[in-house]
Amino acid sequence: MAKRNKIGVRNRLCGVVGVQVTQADQREDFRRLVRAELPRLYAIARSLVGADAEDAVQDCMVKAFECLDQLRDPAAAAAWLRSILVNCCRDRGRARARQPVAVDFEEVEDFSLYRKIAYEDPFPYSDSLHLDFLQGFGPEDVRAVLLRLPEIYRVALVLVYMHGFLAKEAAAILRVPLGTVLARLHRGRKLFEKQMWDYAEENGLLKEGVR
Amino acid sequence: MITCSEAVRELWEYLDATVDQADREAVEEHLSRCRRCCGELEFAVELRRLLLGTSREDIPADVLRRLNETLGELG
Repeated sequence: MAKRNKIGVRNRLCGVVGVQVTQADQREDFRRLVRAELPRLYAIARSLVGADAEDAVQDCMVKAFECLDQLRDPAAAAAWLRSILVNCCRDRGRARARQPVAVDFEEVEDFSLYRKIAYEDPFPYSDSLHLDFLQGFGPEDVRAVLLRLPEIYRVALVLVYMHGFLAKEAAAILRVPLGTVLARLHRGRKLFEKQMWDYAEENGLLKEGVR
Repeated sequence: MITCSEAVRELWEYLDATVDQADREAVEEHLSRCRRCCGELEFAVELRRLLLGTSREDIPADVLRRLNETLGELG
């Protein structure tokens, strides 16, 4: 019965109806799909779980293979894979969660990184103060800041602002209402800005000529 | 007319085009007369560019090889 189901999935994957296919063909289709998606899957995992990205993608491949029967729409195969990946990343993130950042939402609600930089003026000889601040952040710094955020906000920011998903696509991946994603993005942005400033202070990025 | 705080609160949604027409017009009206909030807007654009740029990372060859090995072993 299971084998028949998987063959049916392959028919759906290929968009071919009524053609008898083997389980080996079906597995090859799956491998082809995953192979094409690997760079994107890895990039998303790097943003979400940093150094655990490879393990998260491994988890995703295994889990997707095991629940291939759940794939209903071949056109949605890539989105289905990404959804599984995000959940694998969340599982790994929870397992390795460091002490969450203490979040005071009232404090961050009106926080403006732009105004903070202007007020503190960390580069007094600069003509482009705000750009200089941002240029202090390399990719690893940005990932480190993201990893400081509570997971629900980090995932929303990563999907929408790093990987270009629409908010409604992120809502589908996370299986939450669109309004929930929009609220997480709003709050996540504020937390991200606040954590960028704190990170810069703690890591010596507020000195002239750091980069 | 909206205040600077209200405008700043809406800026990312404004850039995302997820504000409704009335809010969009209110933000644009505010930006037309507030230089500081125009700076906020430009900074938000650069911050978004930084996030987007961080996502562009090639998968290392050894990682790709190991993942392909796992993929080949499935089933």
